[in-house]
Amino acid sequence: MSTSTDHGRPDPEATSSGLGSDGRTVSDRGDTVCVIGAGASGLTAIKNLREHGFGVDCYERETGVGGGWNWRHDRSPVYASTHLISSKPFTQFPDFPMPDSWPDYPHHSQVLSYFERYADHFDLRSHIWFGTEVVRVEPAEGERWDVTTRSTGGYGPERTSRYAAVVIANGHNWSPKLPRYEGLEQFRGEIMHASSYKDPAQLRGKRVLVVGAGNTGCDIAVEAAQQASRCWHSTRRGYWYAPKYVLGRPADQVNDSLLALRVPLRLRQWLYHWTLRLTVGDLTRFGLPKPDHRVYETHPIANSQLVYYVGHGAIGPVPDIARFHPYAVELADGREIDPEVVIFATGYLPRFEFLDASVFGDSAGAGRPTLWLNAFTPGHPTLAVAGLVQPDSGLFTLSHWQTVLFARLLQARRDRPERAVAFASRVRERAGERYSGQVKESSRHWFEVGHADYLRAVQRALVELEGK
Amino acid sequence: MSASELRIMRSREWSRPVRPARREVLSALPQLEEGRPPLLFVPGFGHGAWAFAEHWLGHAASRGFPAYAVSLRGHGGSEPAPEATLRAYAHDVVQVAAGLPRQAVLVGHGAGALVVAHALARYPARGAVLVAPVFGGWGVLGAALRRNPAGTLPAVFGGPLRLNRGQLFSRELPDEEARRYVGRLGRASRRAQWALLGEPEAEPAVGAPPVLVLGSPDDRVVPASTLTRVARRYGSAPLLFPGMGHDVMLDARWAEPIDAILDWLEKEPAAH
Repeated sequence: MSTSTDHGRPDPEATSSGLGSDGRTVSDRGDTVCVIGAGASGLTAIKNLREHGFGVDCYERETGVGGGWNWRHDRSPVYASTHLISSKPFTQFPDFPMPDSWPDYPHHSQVLSYFERYADHFDLRSHIWFGTEVVRVEPAEGERWDVTTRSTGGYGPERTSRYAAVVIANGHNWSPKLPRYEGLEQFRGEIMHASSYKDPAQLRGKRVLVVGAGNTGCDIAVEAAQQASRCWHSTRRGYWYAPKYVLGRPADQVNDSLLALRVPLRLRQWLYHWTLRLTVGDLTRFGLPKPDHRVYETHPIANSQLVYYVGHGAIGPVPDIARFHPYAVELADGREIDPEVVIFATGYLPRFEFLDASVFGDSAGAGRPTLWLNAFTPGHPTLAVAGLVQPDSGLFTLSHWQTVLFARLLQARRDRPERAVAFASRVRERAGERYSGQVKESSRHWFEVGHADYLRAVQRALVELEGK
Repeated sequence: MSASELRIMRSREWSRPVRPARREVLSALPQLEEGRPPLLFVPGFGHGAWAFAEHWLGHAASRGFPAYAVSLRGHGGSEPAPEATLRAYAHDVVQVAAGLPRQAVLVGHGAGALVVAHALARYPARGAVLVAPVFGGWGVLGAALRRNPAGTLPAVFGGPLRLNRGQLFSRELPDEEARRYVGRLGRASRRAQWALLGEPEAEPAVGAPPVLVLGSPDDRVVPASTLTRVARRYGSAPLLFPGMGHDVMLDARWAEPIDAILDWLEKEPAAH
């Protein structure tokens, strides 16, 4: 197997040159589709577009595949112990299963090797330009796109190519979201975002405050409980901490048994609360705040160990931070604690710095586009976003079907244009649709989806596109 | 393939994944890697990977194709699995195929062709070859009951299916060899045997692979009409090798069908 540092050199055949809007040379790539990023969503975009007969140029700013899952990449958010939150059947691509010999919840290094095998198996590397970043994506005449690239880091000349369509798969877990606090600049301890947390050795013997109760925050709190001399865990509200196994099976598989039977949400919530009562019981007993929402209303947190360490006194649950002092942190309830290290596991924000925000209907530039199926843009039928979803299960299956739908849309534009037009009008009507039950509002939860609701919507879209 | 047949929601597979079982995979690799697609041979019920290791694996490798054969669970050297389902067999095939270095061509023989047809819905193979395909149905049962009532009847009630020499081989194959092969036959699980009578049709293949159907008009297990019907399903006509029994990979003139398969792969543009 070749390594992840192979440099692809796609053959720039079938290229003719023309002039762009501002007089730059534009090489015309004909019917070829441009894919931005060779992470999970980008790879499946290349594979599915190729499978449907399209030529593909993929640009990847790093030197290997895997995007955020490749720990060698400088934008990778993974830390040494990162494991999957969803079990294998929910994580793998639907047509390329992970090996039977892997555990229910694979390690991030296995996920990377999975992508490398996927890329080799389907011969995707020959379509990827590694070490090349996309600077600009601009609409061109005839619903085509001018994509300007250069070597990562800004060396070398820029190069503009014209494509029939563009798939944006640049990921949404690389641009850290940092909250503002009063007095943060004066704090004399060490401050880091979870994106720079890599190894539990960074915590050994220190007093650590972990902020945020996402899956990352909980993982780091557990590692701090094992390594640090003291660990506080600050959360804005109470959460439901789901164990990774219930009733002898991975919890998401049990949940999907219920979804398959179309058990209503209320009943699933009741069953869930009942299961938790049987195991960990009332979390407020440990000093954790009472959840202000029902389960399934925020992104699920799958962590069997957090409650365990709280119960052993190794994690001290604390409320939100009020303000920072030079040598202490004041909490919302007036208490003061004295951590040496503060880790903000406060999440990431999607960013599309190469695209004019108005193309996405995001005139505020808040990284919050208005899309249908979180993938299709009103007024731009040849543009799709892959992987801009935060599902309550694995992401890769969703990206796979998004890109299959896009490939079939491009086929329809060629073979049955009236159907593509009807699709475009559905995109306009339904942009902004949500695919989950009620969720608590936050800058991340706008693209939160329930995997069953979402995939059913994609299935309907496919049937509407191609059905009789 | 229409979108209404394309299934995205697979709640049962997500919530009840197939339990892993240890698998036997035999292989023969060419001395020089020439970039040809790997072949994965899937034996039919009762047979193991050995049935292909006998002649076909080595022959494919000698013509530059990396060749692998898997024993379905409960067969050959794979883990015993008396309660295996057709779905578990298809799982085994997809697992091995996805573990190969490059996109594979699936070659199924007998009921193994039905397993391949199910696997094609879950893995975008580069191509598929269905050799003497047993797709089930009452016709196949009727033919088997007529030819070999004593060996077939117990299978209807969950017992083993015992195929005899006359069903599997032509008279050209020396008796001693035929006896040796028949002696090596095992059995499929009873649920998989029953699936031949009542299982819904395989879903359409993903990735639109080219499919070749071949067999023998003198096959005493698969009637020639079945070959035509299966081939028509995949939009082609069957390739016929008269004078051979059901087990074309073991019969006296085993080289003819495998050469035809490899010639087809060399010519078929989509299978490169």
